[in-house]
Amino acid sequence: MTQAVRARLIGGLIPSLAIVTALLIGGVIIWASGPRIDGPWFGIWFVVEAYQALIEGAFGSRAATIDTVLRMVPYVFTGLAVMVGFRGGMFNIGAEGQLAVGALASAWVGFTVTSLPLVIHLPLVLLTGCLAGAIWGGIAGLLKARTGAHEVITTIMLNYVGGQLAAYLLNGVLRDRSPLNVIAQTPKVAETARLPDLVPGLHSGVILVIGVAVLVWFVLWKTTTGFELRMVGINPDAASYAGVNVVRRMTWAMGVSGMLAGLAGAVQVAGVNYRSTLGFNVGYGFDSIAIALLGRNTVSGVVLSSILFAALRTGATKLQFRTQISTDIISVIQALVLLMIAADQIIRWIYRIGPAQTEADPVAASTAPVADSESGR
Amino acid sequence: MTVGGGSVLGIPPSSEGYVLEARGLTKRYGSVIANKEVQFGVRRGEIVALLGENGAGKTTLMNMLFGMTAPDAGSVLIDGGPVRLQSPRDALALGIGMVHQHFMLVPPFTVAENIALGVEPSRRGILDLSDLEAQITALGRRFGIDIDPRALVKDLSVGQQQRVEIIKALYRGARVLILDEPTAVLTPQEADDLFKVLRGLAHEGTGIVFISHKLREVLDVAHRIVVMRRGAVAGEVLPRDATPESLASLMVGRDVLLRVEKAPSVPGNPVIVVRELVVNDDRRVRAVDGVSLSVRTGEIVGVAGVQGNGQTELVEAITGLRATQSGSLHLGERDLTRATVRERTDAGLAHIPEDRQRHGLVLPFTVAQNMILNRYYRLPFSRWMVMQAKAMRDQARDLVGRFDVRPANPEARVGSLSGGNKQKVIIARELSRDVRALVASQPTRGVDVGSVVFIHGALIAARDAGAAVLLVSAELDELLAVSDRILVMFRGRIVGEVEAATATREEIGLLMAGGVGRVIVPATN
Amino acid sequence: MTRGRFAFIIGCIGLLIGGAEVLRSPDVSASIVAASMLATMLRFATPLTLGALAGLLCERSGVANIAIEGMMLSAAFGAFLGAAVTKSLLIGVLAGMAVGVAMATLHAWLSVSLRVDQIVSGTVINIMAAGITGFLSTEVVRRQALVGAGLLPALRIPVLADLPVVGPVFQQQPIAWMALLLVPLTHLVIFHTPWGLRLRSVGELPRAAHAAGISVIRTRYTAVMIGGAIAGIGGAYFTLESVPAFEPLMTNGRGFIALAALIFGGWTPAGAWAASLLFGAANALHINAQQFGIPVPAQIVGMFPYLLTIVILAGVIGRVSPPAAVGTPYEAD
Repeated sequence: MTQAVRARLIGGLIPSLAIVTALLIGGVIIWASGPRIDGPWFGIWFVVEAYQALIEGAFGSRAATIDTVLRMVPYVFTGLAVMVGFRGGMFNIGAEGQLAVGALASAWVGFTVTSLPLVIHLPLVLLTGCLAGAIWGGIAGLLKARTGAHEVITTIMLNYVGGQLAAYLLNGVLRDRSPLNVIAQTPKVAETARLPDLVPGLHSGVILVIGVAVLVWFVLWKTTTGFELRMVGINPDAASYAGVNVVRRMTWAMGVSGMLAGLAGAVQVAGVNYRSTLGFNVGYGFDSIAIALLGRNTVSGVVLSSILFAALRTGATKLQFRTQISTDIISVIQALVLLMIAADQIIRWIYRIGPAQTEADPVAASTAPVADSESGR
Repeated sequence: MTVGGGSVLGIPPSSEGYVLEARGLTKRYGSVIANKEVQFGVRRGEIVALLGENGAGKTTLMNMLFGMTAPDAGSVLIDGGPVRLQSPRDALALGIGMVHQHFMLVPPFTVAENIALGVEPSRRGILDLSDLEAQITALGRRFGIDIDPRALVKDLSVGQQQRVEIIKALYRGARVLILDEPTAVLTPQEADDLFKVLRGLAHEGTGIVFISHKLREVLDVAHRIVVMRRGAVAGEVLPRDATPESLASLMVGRDVLLRVEKAPSVPGNPVIVVRELVVNDDRRVRAVDGVSLSVRTGEIVGVAGVQGNGQTELVEAITGLRATQSGSLHLGERDLTRATVRERTDAGLAHIPEDRQRHGLVLPFTVAQNMILNRYYRLPFSRWMVMQAKAMRDQARDLVGRFDVRPANPEARVGSLSGGNKQKVIIARELSRDVRALVASQPTRGVDVGSVVFIHGALIAARDAGAAVLLVSAELDELLAVSDRILVMFRGRIVGEVEAATATREEIGLLMAGGVGRVIVPATN
Repeated sequence: MTRGRFAFIIGCIGLLIGGAEVLRSPDVSASIVAASMLATMLRFATPLTLGALAGLLCERSGVANIAIEGMMLSAAFGAFLGAAVTKSLLIGVLAGMAVGVAMATLHAWLSVSLRVDQIVSGTVINIMAAGITGFLSTEVVRRQALVGAGLLPALRIPVLADLPVVGPVFQQQPIAWMALLLVPLTHLVIFHTPWGLRLRSVGELPRAAHAAGISVIRTRYTAVMIGGAIAGIGGAYFTLESVPAFEPLMTNGRGFIALAALIFGGWTPAGAWAASLLFGAANALHINAQQFGIPVPAQIVGMFPYLLTIVILAGVIGRVSPPAAVGTPYEAD
């Protein structure tokens, strides 16, 4: 038992140290990019000033905090999407495409259907997004389970197919025909297809995201479905020996993964943009992978990582405004965090933490992101 | 100069004239000591057998002598002088060749390409294998090994691949040839051919180290026998001074009963009934070619055969892991030919799989979780699809005690258990419910002697409780000791059936090689 | 790479160009369609070919490479910076190669030495490349107002370059020529040299290579780093041959398409090259569809290569299998 406690402590310690270390290196970069003024204290003051601006930009005011939370919502959905894939033994690089088709489908239902009450229309919009994403992800799962086609490649390819499909539809049948519109986007969805505000400026998708996160945790760790999914993820041969229908479970895992990404798109449409615009999905694919890895493929980890990533992105604007440092510094910091999470030997070496207990857990050690644990809260 | 600790049976070993020698080699893996101060040597033209159980440390020792593993202490000597082997490259350069248990041949490469690997002949930087191909043919002719240098390795039989390995070592100029369990994959007749080749090599001056856990072939071929037990040398004997029984007791450290105590079987109605089963392997080649068999309640039917003659596919087809092309499978009256694994499990079929790490267990899961792999979806372990942690824990606590799993901690990860205890987890899970039929494939492979006894006892207990047991094993001794009847498989067919009580090894060996046996019984129904 | 697969790819290219000819509006002449299809195809295929060869070396050694995109993007930036600072295009190309090697070394260190999951390592590199080049392009390039050193001039083969329709084939810029040269060279190295044999053995069955006295680790490092150099040349294409400037994310997914070309071509240089041409042809049709007056929507044409890759991967048109050891870190013990 104490061993389990220790393992969980280290499990949380390493991501925290990775973040701290990345911020320190980021600080050096900020210092190097800052103005050259004599005196050693100026550089330190400059870095502190920059990070203070970052925090203020993310949480310094009510509007800033709402902004951070709004950014967090799609991160949690897509992070959970990638996590579910990982737990099922599959690497979903296609969250970006699944999000795009989800947004497209939900926007379509959102603006074409106009005569339904909100209690029917809004769930319909969200479910359509889920369904579209589930199909997009499920294809990759089915191909993997049936033919062995590697999901990394098929999801990348499906991203492009989704992108082209979106370009085709948003320039064609789904395009906003109003004379003022010059870009590839749908018309705005009906009022009945919009998530009502929880407080002004903050849509109720936040409630939804919490509910979905709890549901994902419950299904993965408390139900037979989750048990089967994790079994398939760790050892598909043992799963089929235990009588699990591996083809169905893999397809299901990628379908649910795609569904969560599609829901991210639908919630952006119904809660933030009220329409689907070409290219708004770009970047979510890799960010979601980073979030799932940083969160060690646990639900609480994904939520915390999403808050971190959202805060960094939101605060970056103020950081740039006050220090003239490009907002791209955030991408550099994120990349550094991910590097040190992926190769946790680096962190273990810097902070003299003992090596992972590999002999007790050979499979988990060889496929870190797929590692199972009962501490998946 | 004498080698310490090696003269249990009174033969003073001398290191004089050793081509290759190990002095005090020690290797640890974490808390496990794989090799402990091992002394060992081989002379020119000598065939030395290294005998030991699975896990006795033979392979570790050979890997150190071949530079694949670095020792923690001790030294390797060649021609009496110490050498440092940092990689197989060093060993090869010093004239040590090795034929591994798992062949080190690249399947999509040709024979010549495989032999060239590492010492590639080239002309102006471009690979040129024409001379090499001629040399391979010449070497083959000299030692009576017939091989086509341009054939792709993946198209060769296992026996042929082994010859490629030997030629490869000879081409590299091996003065010492180490063979790791070379007969595991061969028929007795193929093994005899191999021994002929080895004797020829020894005659020409090559020193040969022959690793095995089979007593008879060791007595048959070796000039000298070194026995290992639990990572250390337990003794050294000459074949003329040894009997299978004396070697066995040296190997396991106490007198062992090669016979298993059991009552005569009282067979009842047929339970597992297989008719004209046809199954393909992964390459879609027919592996099981019209097998019919039946196993009755209260009997253990053994399946003998050289690895790769369709036993694996037969087991996978019966247990539902592999699709059948034609034929049928019944469990009692019930037709299970097209049933899913789950339906078979629910119908009372239990399965101890051949590869327990791959099929039988989910290593990062706990012991408790692994013990419900075949029933997690049923009451009391799940209710409305929600897992019931308490029921799982309670069962695990009970089974861990009853089946003597160590450590007795249901929350331990199965991956951290020893081979024998892993197997006990599987057996506890499979036999702790109402079982009508049990299919056990290589149930004692790689487990310690204590666990072997336990597992054999469990199989017989299942039989006596009325289950029909189908036992597939590569160990003839195990089959003879545990089974009531033995079927022999060759090239996907059942080529004979013998009574375990009266059968001889020779008889079964002949059948395994495709010869005609004393009794050929068509399908018993 | 079977002959059948190669013929299939060439057939697909023919189909695309032929399709363009058949569907073109009568106002556009057949030779203009053919010439511009050919020219666009070659232009687009250059970075794909180089990226695919980079991935080929890496994956043939048993290291999965989804980081071609990141390697090319950072090399594009490195090439631009090198050329802009020194005003030498040659140094620009070398700088691009150096950056490519640096990123590849990181990939090798993570996935070979630290045994990080190879897909995760690739993802790290892609994210890192996007972040660092984006940051540096604003912090260094824009702030210092760096201007590019221009584009590499086309090298033309006299007489042949003046031929109608096929003229563009014989008038290309140096990196495009280099890509064409590297295809047979890579083939020669991989299939007909001792090092190539070792490389393939490491990618198929590393313990066999190890037992034969070959250092798996060193071979993998070498292969990944040479791949990085080739990806570096591919990256230099973007800033020294295509446009004389660096834009954030300017490789625009070409690294992933190169990966698709590699798979499509069955992990062989000739196949990867043919597949790059096919993707180039599809892109040419995609770009020119409107200009040629082709009634098929450009985006539908644009989906074609990706759908085809999925179909190929699913084994519908003959199965391709990657080197057996791809994705598995090697442990000596």
